Amino acid sequence: MYARLSTWWTILSISLQERFVYRGDFALGTLMRFLPIVTQIFLWSAVFSAVQQKRIVGYSYEDFVAYYLLTMISRAFSSMPGLASQIGYQIRSGDIKKYLTQPVDMIGFFLLGRIAHKLAYYTVATAPFALVFFLCRGFFPGWPDATTLAAFIASLVLSFLLGFFLEACMGLVGFWFLEVSSLLFVYMLLSFFLSGHMFPLDMLPPTARQIVLLLPLHYLAYFPAAVFLGKVQGMDLVWGLSLQVAWTIFFALLSRVLFKLGLKRYGGYGG
Amino acid sequence: MAVIEIDNLSKSYRVYQKREGLWASIRGLFRRQYRDVHAVRSISLRVEKGEFVAFLGPNGAGKTTTLKLLSGIIYPTGGTARVMGFVPWERKIAYRRRFALVMGQKNQLWWDLPAQESFRLHQQIYRIEPHQFQATLDELTELLDIRKLLSQPVRELSLGERMKMELTAALLHQPEVLYLDEPTIGLDVVAQHRIQQFLKHYQQERQITIMLSSHYMKDVAALCQRVVIITQGQIRYDGSLSGIIDRFSGQKLVTLTLAEEAPVDGLERFGQVIEVQLPKVKIRIDRAQVPKALAAILAQHAIEDIAVEDPPLEEVIADLFSQVQKESAVEPEPVAAE
Repeated sequence: MYARLSTWWTILSISLQERFVYRGDFALGTLMRFLPIVTQIFLWSAVFSAVQQKRIVGYSYEDFVAYYLLTMISRAFSSMPGLASQIGYQIRSGDIKKYLTQPVDMIGFFLLGRIAHKLAYYTVATAPFALVFFLCRGFFPGWPDATTLAAFIASLVLSFLLGFFLEACMGLVGFWFLEVSSLLFVYMLLSFFLSGHMFPLDMLPPTARQIVLLLPLHYLAYFPAAVFLGKVQGMDLVWGLSLQVAWTIFFALLSRVLFKLGLKRYGGYGG
Repeated sequence: MAVIEIDNLSKSYRVYQKREGLWASIRGLFRRQYRDVHAVRSISLRVEKGEFVAFLGPNGAGKTTTLKLLSGIIYPTGGTARVMGFVPWERKIAYRRRFALVMGQKNQLWWDLPAQESFRLHQQIYRIEPHQFQATLDELTELLDIRKLLSQPVRELSLGERMKMELTAALLHQPEVLYLDEPTIGLDVVAQHRIQQFLKHYQQERQITIMLSSHYMKDVAALCQRVVIITQGQIRYDGSLSGIIDRFSGQKLVTLTLAEEAPVDGLERFGQVIEVQLPKVKIRIDRAQVPKALAAILAQHAIEDIAVEDPPLEEVIADLFSQVQKESAVEPEPVAAE
């Protein structure tokens, strides 16, 4: 067990070092994350001044801003830039051989790499995030209670794992289709709407909402934000988190199965 | 007991055949034509502990495929193989800890980080004891003369330096079996020589079992006691390097030094005259004819000196390979690939 932990730590620290090699790219990438939110805020302020209403489908202007700021946090956990294409590339280029001949598990290795990515990102992004939230504190109803906060944090951690395994599955499809970029494009498009990145999902009509809230994608942006804003409580919260755990396990297992089947095919094809 | 036991090992797979042009590409969207590639055809081989075996063959002969099978990256379509008692393609962790694969065209190190970091990772994933790790690393860096390069990012190293790092990474866990696929490809003569020297020394010292694939004769001649020639997925020869000439070259190279610098006629009768630089003439003569031909030449001409040699190994092998390629041009279907 100790040996395993120490291996994980080494992978983590090496991934972190690698992350900091390209400092410029890294810093720019981190700061640029804030741009989309600014456009969203301007968009909704324009919409509100045009329709001359205090509320749109139950959301005030303040609610929108608070929602978008919170989805930004969700996405800081759940988004996995380049993971699927990275896996696809490893398969196509044959770099994957390394994971077949060395005593190391590829999916675990990538997971640690992503944890390192996220840690590196948080160390740089925490200060600007805190500043933005401080400046925008007027848009929030106030701090949620301890239970809600704990649920929020749990849902964020789960959204990281779910996002990782979901995108890893996309990449592993590369064993069958050598090029996964169009599949990824479709996924990103769907994810943009169904995750709640585009608009709050509780604006949807009841039937559509019910369906969307059963899908895994809404955990990537909408769900943690909704939890923080106190929209999901009591049994709904328990159910929501349980379903998130279930989806996470499902995709973790699916990625294993895809990896196994993929290797079988790869091994049959000539490597 | 043999470390590597291969019996009737075969590997074939289908590849997509794309015809030329845009129209064919569009048709390829709906119906694809495939061709069976028989990369390895029923190979059997025994390798004992401490042997240094070279796989020699033209491009696409099945060398790399065999190494991929033995390192467990791909499954065979038929036959069996055992390495140290393991079936390679089961990819047991216990097996992975005991061998290493180095491919001349593949990079296993972290590109943006100093090689040192990759080594540290290997220490962890192979669970190498710290003092053993340090001792092995010291030895390897000493032998390969790379100490001062350890802290330089891998992407800034030259090809030769990078290969030295690859070898170091592969040997840190002291594998008992090492597969080398074209380890000197693209390297200059000096770097090639360094790597050969190192491999030779290390193999002798540690008595590890090495299988090397290469099409550089120099690698093979410098390193291996045993040569396996493989063409079109089949073993054509298995034995010592010098035995190749006996087996595949039915000719001798005879160099005559004439007594006078005057052209001589009629030498074509005995064999193929390949070079005339008076007073020297080089003739290729069938081995069985050599005594008779020499007697006749000596009787008819004034000769100062005679040298009878085997043709150079490179030539013999090049002849063998091109002969095989000609045969495969006639036989249309099975074209082997790596």
